[in-house]
This record gives sequence, C-alpha cells and structure tokens, in this order.
Amino acid sequence: MSAPPPFRFSARNEAEVQRILARYPEGRQASAILPLLWLAQYQMREETGSAWLPRSAIEHVADRLGVPRIRALEVATFYTMFNLKPVGRFHVQVCGTTPCWLRGSDEVFRACLVRGLRKGETTPDGLFTLSEVECLGACANAPVAQINDDTYEDLDFVAMGRILDELAAGRTPPPGSQIGRQASCPDGGPTTLKDLVA
Amino acid sequence: MPRVTVDGIEVDVPQGATVMQACELAGREIPRFCYHERLSIAGNCRMCLVEVSPGPPKPQASCALPAVDGQVITTTSEKVRKARAGVLEFLLINHPLDCPICDQGGECDLQDQALAYGRGYSRFAEDKRAVAEKDMGPLVKTAMTRCIHCTRCVRFADEVAGVVELGAIGRGENMQITTYLERALTSELSGNVIDLCPVGALTAKPYAFAARPWELERTDGIDVMDAVGSNIRFHARSGAVIRITPRLNDEVNEEWLADHARFGVDGLKERRLDRPWVRIDGRLREASWPQAFAAIRRALSGVEGSDVAALVGDLAALEEIVALKDLLTGLGSARIECRLDGAEYAGHPALWRLGPTLAGLETADAILLVGANPRVDGPLVNTRIRKAVRYGGADVFRIGAPADLTVPVTELGDDLAALTRLPTAFLEARRPALLLGSRNATLPVLAAAGRLPLPRDDWNGFGVLHTAASRVGAMDVGCHMAGGLAALTRQPPRVLFLLGVDEVDLRPFTGAFLIYVGSHGDRGAAAANVVLPGAAWAEKPGTYVNLEGRVQRSLRAVFPPGDAREDWTILRALADVLGVRLPYDDLGALRARIAAEWPHLGRPGLSTLPWDPAAVPAAPPPSGPTRPGPAHLYALNPILRASPTMQACIASIVEGQGAVAEPVVA
Repeated sequence: MSAPPPFRFSARNEAEVQRILARYPEGRQASAILPLLWLAQYQMREETGSAWLPRSAIEHVADRLGVPRIRALEVATFYTMFNLKPVGRFHVQVCGTTPCWLRGSDEVFRACLVRGLRKGETTPDGLFTLSEVECLGACANAPVAQINDDTYEDLDFVAMGRILDELAAGRTPPPGSQIGRQASCPDGGPTTLKDLVA
Repeated sequence: MPRVTVDGIEVDVPQGATVMQACELAGREIPRFCYHERLSIAGNCRMCLVEVSPGPPKPQASCALPAVDGQVITTTSEKVRKARAGVLEFLLINHPLDCPICDQGGECDLQDQALAYGRGYSRFAEDKRAVAEKDMGPLVKTAMTRCIHCTRCVRFADEVAGVVELGAIGRGENMQITTYLERALTSELSGNVIDLCPVGALTAKPYAFAARPWELERTDGIDVMDAVGSNIRFHARSGAVIRITPRLNDEVNEEWLADHARFGVDGLKERRLDRPWVRIDGRLREASWPQAFAAIRRALSGVEGSDVAALVGDLAALEEIVALKDLLTGLGSARIECRLDGAEYAGHPALWRLGPTLAGLETADAILLVGANPRVDGPLVNTRIRKAVRYGGADVFRIGAPADLTVPVTELGDDLAALTRLPTAFLEARRPALLLGSRNATLPVLAAAGRLPLPRDDWNGFGVLHTAASRVGAMDVGCHMAGGLAALTRQPPRVLFLLGVDEVDLRPFTGAFLIYVGSHGDRGAAAANVVLPGAAWAEKPGTYVNLEGRVQRSLRAVFPPGDAREDWTILRALADVLGVRLPYDDLGALRARIAAEWPHLGRPGLSTLPWDPAAVPAAPPPSGPTRPGPAHLYALNPILRASPTMQACIASIVEGQGAVAEPVVA
C-alpha cells in the first residue's frame, strides 16, 4: 500500500478544531490532543472509509499543538480507541470481558466467524474489522458490541448475524437492545415498586 | 521542619522532603528503580514501598509521598519485606534471566536488589514477554526485553537533555520504550541514559561484550574534550582504557557526561604516535629519540631566541605547558601562545574565566550568549542553562547564528553591534550572566562586554565559554603574547614548537622548522619536521584548569604506547640536549615549581579572582557577524577524529537519518 497523502483537517473540521482549542486556557492547548486525534480519525473515516490514524495525522496534530511527536504517538498508542492501521468500514468491537462472556459473547463471536470475521483481521471486501475489546461499560445489557459509533446490546448468535447482514446489505440496523427493552430496564417489564406504578 | 520517626529513629527533615528522603536521613536504605535524585518523580516501579502511619493500611510508595510532621515510618516490617519481594517477583516475571550475557551484569540495580530484597525463586511458569530491539543510534544499544519501564531515560531526555525523542508507546504489558520511529538519539548527552538505566535494557554499544565491571581497573580522571573539566573515571583492562563513565561532582558535571567525553575513548587506540619521526628529504622517517633530539638541536643552532616560538594545544595539561614555557624562556623566547581560536583576552584572569561558575549559572535570571553554542562548546554548560530556564524562569538572549539550544531564546541578531544596545530585560536583571564564546572574545567584544553592569556585589556575571581544556591554565601561566596568533603568522618564527596543535592553519609556517609533540598522527604531525610521541590525557597524570578556573588533577590510567612518553618529560629531556636547565626531575618538583610562581594553581579547587574593572581593554565598539563554531562535537580534536565511534556518530546523527516507516505497534 502506498503512503497516504499528508493529513490536513478539512475546512469543516478546521472550524471544529478552533472550537475545541477554545475550550482550553491559553497555553494549555496541548490538552486538546485527545479530541483532535479523535477528530482526525473521524475525518479519515469520512475521507477514506477507514477510521484510523496514519502517521501524518498524528504528526499533524502534534505539530498543531506544539507537542513533541513522540508525546502524541504515546497518546495514540495508549488508547485502544485509536486505530493505528486501517480498519474496515465497520469496526466491530465485541466485548469479551467476564459479564458479557457469561451472557454468551462466545456465541456473538461465532456469529462473526461464520461470516468470515476473524479477531484482529479485516474481511477481504474491506467491510468489517473484528476486535475483541475489554468492558464497553454496558454490562447490564450484556453481551454487547460496538460497531463504529453505535452500541448493540442483548446480543445472541441470531441477532449479531442479522446486524452484520443488514450492515453488509447497506442498511443500518437500529442500535440499542436487540430484545426490545428500553435502555437497561428489566426484561419483561418492571419487577419492583409495581404498587407505586399502579 | 517536620519531625518524623523512621524505625524508631526520630529525624527532622526539610520542608517538602519525601518519605524516602526522610528514611535516607535516618540511615535507612530504600530500594528503588524509577526514582532518581535529578529527575522528576514518577512513582511507577513501586519498589520503594514502606509502611506509613497515619495513612492507608497498605504500603506506600515513599518516593512520591511527602513527609509530614508526626509520621511514623516503618521500613523493616514483615509487611514491607513481603511487599518488596512481591514487587520484585512481578518485575522479574517479564525480565529475562540472561544476566550471563548481559552487559549490565555486575553493575545492575535489578540484580543487586533481587539479591537483597527478592524471594530467590519465581512462581511464574508461563511464557515471558519479548520486545523487539530498538535502533537508538551508534551509542546506545538496546535489549528492550529487559526493560522494566522505570521511564528514567524518558524523563532524562525530556528534562535534562531537552531533546524530547524518547517515549513509552503502548500500554500495560505492551508498553515499550522507543525513540520516535526508532530514529537515532540526536542528543549530545544521550550516553547518560546508559548510566540511568537500572537494568541492561540500555547499554553502551561501543562497550558491548567488552568486559565485566569487576575486571576493570578504575582511575579517577578529568575530561579534556571540552573546557568544563567533567570528572570522569577511566575503566582500563590489559593496558587499554575500555570505557569512561562520569564521577559525581555537583559543582562541575553533576553526574552527567557529554557523549564525546564518554565515547571518544576508542580514539586512544587509533592513529597513535608511538615512536619519534624526523622529516628527511621531505618525508617523515622513523627515528630514535636521540636522532630526533639531534635533529632539533641542528635546527636550533644559530637561531636567535626571538626566532623560536611555541603554540599550546587544546588538550595539554598544565605541567607540560609550564615545561614548554620554561624551555622557551631558556632558549630566550617569550613567543608562546595558547589562544589558537583567535581570542584576545589578556591581562587580568577574571577576563578569561566563567565568572558566574557552573553551579551559579543555574541561579542566573537572564543569560546572554555571544557567539557561543553551548550544546557544542560545552554540553554540560547547556544543562545548567536549561536548569536556569526550567526552574528559575531565566530569559535567554543570543547574539549569533541561531541554533537549537533546547530552551526558548530571544534572538538579538548575528551582529556584535547588538552588544551596545542590549534589551533592558537583560541589563536590569537581578543576576544577569554573559556567556562569551571564546572564539569571539576579540578586543572590541571584550571592551564592550567588560563594561556591562554585570559584576555586582555578590555576583560576577561576566563569563567566557571556553572550548579548550588547556586554555585557562595556559592563560594563567602567561602563555600569551601581544598580537596573539595573528602576530605569529605575520612574523613567522624559524622554529615553532607545537604542543598537540592540530586545529590551526599551519600554512603560514611552512618555512619554519616545526616540532610536534603530541599523541595522534593528525594535521600537526603531518606538517611537522620532527614528531615527538607524547601521552594522551588518560596516559599521564595532569592538572587541568576548567573554564571556571577550577584546578583539578587527573590520574594516569594506562601507559602510553611504544616509545611515547609523558609530554613534560620529553620537554625536560630535550632541554638537556639543547643546553637549557629545567630545575625539576619529577612531577612533584614540577608541581612545586608551578605552585611557587602561581599559588592558586598549586592546590585543587576553584581559584576565584575578583573582577577588576581596570583590566577591561579599551577598543572601538564591536560590529559584524560572530565567528561560527564547529557544527557538531564529534570531531573537535585529534582523539575524537581518530575514534571509530565518533565517526559512526557523524555518519548517523550529523549526516542524516535513514528512511522512516509507519509506527509499528504490537
């Protein structure tokens, strides 16, 4: 793969950069390194279909903030939310931590596997990259997966398969719980304080 | 002052001290890896755990915990012992047990502390982590599997060297110390990370697999690669100096050492003059000592004293300088010159000293650099400037060509006329310091700089930044003449002694009979009519006066090669052949002769001389650009030019970096 062109913020994102920088006191602009790297990764998705940070993006952000490049690289490599190599159009992050695992994350991974998604790899059509991640912070709705910006909850083999098929077909399945409950309300209606409700 | 109790011992500690410092005041040893006195506190190795009451019921990292009044600290309890053993067991989980092939073996903090505080066995049966080596250039060898992530090297590069090139990428078990895109370290102080590394992750590349520390004979010395006079230790085996490490001296080099001083040592083995040479029919031919002396006597016969002159090189020790001066006096000449860089200071010794002193420079609140680049001229002067800026908020101004100093600099342009219109921020500072590059210390500059209001009641802000280790000593004993080197080139002598002179354009002296005394076959020897093989600085006991005027003694680590001799004994023997009587037969007598005429050079220590306004010369105001110095410090003198390691530095660091790739993350 040839080297990507030098990264520059688009005109629209440039306005966003200014808005982010204004949040920090004068002289403390280096604090904006996380939001700017995050913005750069979004822009990469818009421009190339792959949400990742090439070296030129890290260096551009570092130079913009007057931060040594090694410091920006430290930040970019510390947080798993930054992808340092290209990912597919849909970055499928399935939680494998204990609560999700107890609630059947192995089945979710199997649903991915039968569609050709392997952990840490991108499918040949460039559509999906599968990552096993640590806790996504939605244990009450385990097992969960995060696909790009959306969280899909209460998954099982069938639900995960359906979501991947929908995405592959170019449609966006509704995020959230896949068994119809609202947020993390009890499955099947209220279980406590019923009297007060009545 | 808070009063704390450490293992039943009551101690008063300074306000702001840490629990670790309190324990040390009480005489308790606290093991540590990440903590270092001269770096910021990281608190990430957890080796320094102690019990502190009042406080949480778990061991505390003592390096990062402030000592407060009434604390009761326990360092010897069973809980502390177990905590330390536990930390060590975790550190050793991923540390390879390759001590037999590790260059740190025998001087390794992890080895020592595992022995003293460890369990003696591991319960970890799983696979250990392996980390790819990093290429950090020609000086620092890496074995990153051994790294325990103390981040001392990262903090050193950030805080002391000021070159932010090292970092820790990744997280948790995948954390790796690396340079950005694995480029070579470009700092002129990079070798210090080798000393700082508590394990064998960063070791010296030129010293790789060369020796074990217990085989080495250690000798205390003084560095001569620049004029700072860093305190060093020669490590020798089988008659060869294998490596050089710094010695602690808070007033000079703290505990750092510049790369050319540390790694130039392999130049001692290359291009050495190990026998006399005499030029016959235009070609240098091997000769014996009597033949070489006879050739000199023939050349001097019938030559007037005023037709004899001598130049003192940058690496010469005080003893041979005085012997040379005495020899010239005996021959009836006073034409001896040490200011080979064109400097014109003379008269009062305060005019060629670093008035603020190295440690005092840290307290300056405004620093003006005139035609000096401390990163090349004296890297350990630059660390002091950095401290003044980082901790004292000093402003730095510069007259001269811009160069990265690792601190913010206000440029006043490359025109010496700026000396007459300095910003008030400098003139009205409480402790202003002027650093005048020696090569730019011409009479107009000295006249303008000497009249600045720098000397105060308790502060002398006038300072010359020398680059030659021999300079201040040679000036103090009067090795300078009216008109300097320029006068010598206008009126070339018939016979010219060169005491290790390799940096001077010798073309004006082609008609003269050149006698070179020195250690390396460099430019001076190539032009000489007679070459007398001398000893390099590690091969002779010598006195050096650093740029502050600090008299320091270096000891002999090894003997010079072949027929080479200590320089002052060569001059003493030659004097006999020439019929001049030098009244000293051993080093003690020579030093007594020096002490008799210049008492301040007779005893080690700082020789401070009060500022004398009357000594400032009168001259027209300066103008024009400054004289530039060398671009890098890897080829300043014949020893460095002979060093394969320094040549590798030039190829890799100065002449460019290789191609770079995308960062690779595990």
